[in-house]
Amino acid sequence: MALLFVPVAIISAIGALLAASLVFAERVITNYGDVTLDINSGEKKIALKGGGSLLETLTAQKIFIPSACGGRGTCGYCKVRVLEGAGQLLPTEEPYMDAKERTLGIRLSCQVKMRSDLKIEIPAELLTIKEYLCVCDEIIDYTYDMKQFRLRLPQGQEMKYKPGQYVQVLAPHYEKSSEEVYRAYSISSDPQDTSAIELIVRRVPDGICTTYLFDYLKKGETVKINGPYGHFYLRENNAPIIFIAGGSGIAPIKCMLHHMKNAGINRKSIFFFGVRTTKDLFLVEEMEKMEDELEQFTFAPVVSQPEPESEWKGATGRVTEVAGDYLKKQSDVSDYEGYLCGSPGMIESSIEILSQFGITEDKIYYDKFS
Amino acid sequence: MTFGNHMLHLLVVLFAAIFTDNILLARFLGMCSFLSVSRQVKTAVGLGFAVVFVMTFTIALDWLAYRFVLQPYGIEYFRFILFIIIIAAFVQFIEMAIERYSPVLYQNLGIFLPLITVNCAILGASLFMVIRDYNLAEGVVFGLGSGIGWMLAIVSMAGIRERLNHARIPKGLQGPGITLIIAGLMALAFIGFTGVLSGQ
Repeated sequence: MALLFVPVAIISAIGALLAASLVFAERVITNYGDVTLDINSGEKKIALKGGGSLLETLTAQKIFIPSACGGRGTCGYCKVRVLEGAGQLLPTEEPYMDAKERTLGIRLSCQVKMRSDLKIEIPAELLTIKEYLCVCDEIIDYTYDMKQFRLRLPQGQEMKYKPGQYVQVLAPHYEKSSEEVYRAYSISSDPQDTSAIELIVRRVPDGICTTYLFDYLKKGETVKINGPYGHFYLRENNAPIIFIAGGSGIAPIKCMLHHMKNAGINRKSIFFFGVRTTKDLFLVEEMEKMEDELEQFTFAPVVSQPEPESEWKGATGRVTEVAGDYLKKQSDVSDYEGYLCGSPGMIESSIEILSQFGITEDKIYYDKFS
Repeated sequence: MTFGNHMLHLLVVLFAAIFTDNILLARFLGMCSFLSVSRQVKTAVGLGFAVVFVMTFTIALDWLAYRFVLQPYGIEYFRFILFIIIIAAFVQFIEMAIERYSPVLYQNLGIFLPLITVNCAILGASLFMVIRDYNLAEGVVFGLGSGIGWMLAIVSMAGIRERLNHARIPKGLQGPGITLIIAGLMALAFIGFTGVLSGQ
């Protein structure tokens, strides 16, 4: 017995000794002490314990940097400018940086660790991004795979967004998803209504967030969102507008139209709204009402594959082609502004068609979701 | 043995470990990372240094554990387990240190740093140390030499493979095929050193 016991005890003791020294080493080596984070040269100074990633640190401080992948370094959205203290660009960041960004010191905040005092620069508009704990107080079915969610903002809080911007919705842990994810959805509601925002969401088969919204979220439950984000908003000028959207891409455009009505903006505008079948059409009455309220606004729904039995009388074909045909009939179209929202494919072919008519890319606005 | 003779002997052990008895090209230990991390010279150099470092220090630790724990109790047969535990702990330690002091190297080595734990060249060197009955100084020098030899081999391989990127290689030979043939040719070249030194 002793013959067996002694060797086993010795080996175990050595193992325990090594484990203990590793724990000790971890305490010493991975202890970065207290560091300070300086945002926009002194605008905000935060003292904290070092070691975590910059993105985590900023999120904990309620400063929301857009990030779609949750800090794995695969989406490339969480760029911030680091002036001091981040060390060299890591191989994981290299694919997302062009030469100009490298010289500016742009980094992926999820890859930068808080190892020493850090000086960073964040665009002022990101500092206005806040987190809101909303209550879902209405869910409307538009079509078989399209719903509208009305999220009431906490009492006394207001979200100052530009019509066309989007928010990120947090899908919490639920039965079918073990991780928390954020997904972006455009605000569709009337900006005049400051007590709530509305989102139009199309169900994505097996999508983590849309499954949560469609199958799990019930009226009266709370939803965590943050925002607003995005550079897709109505520019202030008098140029005629061509809106092109597909499916749930109608959301930000609906918001812009509400804004035009509220502010009395009477610009010449036409909205090409593309869907696949007549079953996918929704919000048609609201848009027709909008035609009455906005003097120079035209709504042009386009169905790409109308069912033979549907007796669809409107335009058929691809929404981008129908928009192209319209532009062909206009005398001078180069002063138009293009506002696009839809799938990356739709946006790409829209840009192609608009630029054929002399509408330059600096006058075409969109936010890319994929 | 005089001091000078002693030093000469250590030098012979060192050079034998690097050239004539190269742990990779003569003993074929540590082939896995040799084949998979030899695409870029930069990464190969990083991994090479990590191996040199880990090998030198683990041989010293293993020697101490063998001499002062296993031998007195007559449980030398436990050396495999004990050596592996020591190597694993040491690599963990190195990983922490590299992450702290050289994030770029840490990101470059990626998964291969923890994989040093199961790099058979490391365990192999410690086991040779036992078989050849080295003393501590000889063991450390042998570990250092083996590490340098391993690094020499992987860095040369990475250099060759970087140039291969511009070469036209028949489709069927691309990737692992040509790499194994090169490894074979390199091993043949190292056979040329046989008999130059006899340190074992």
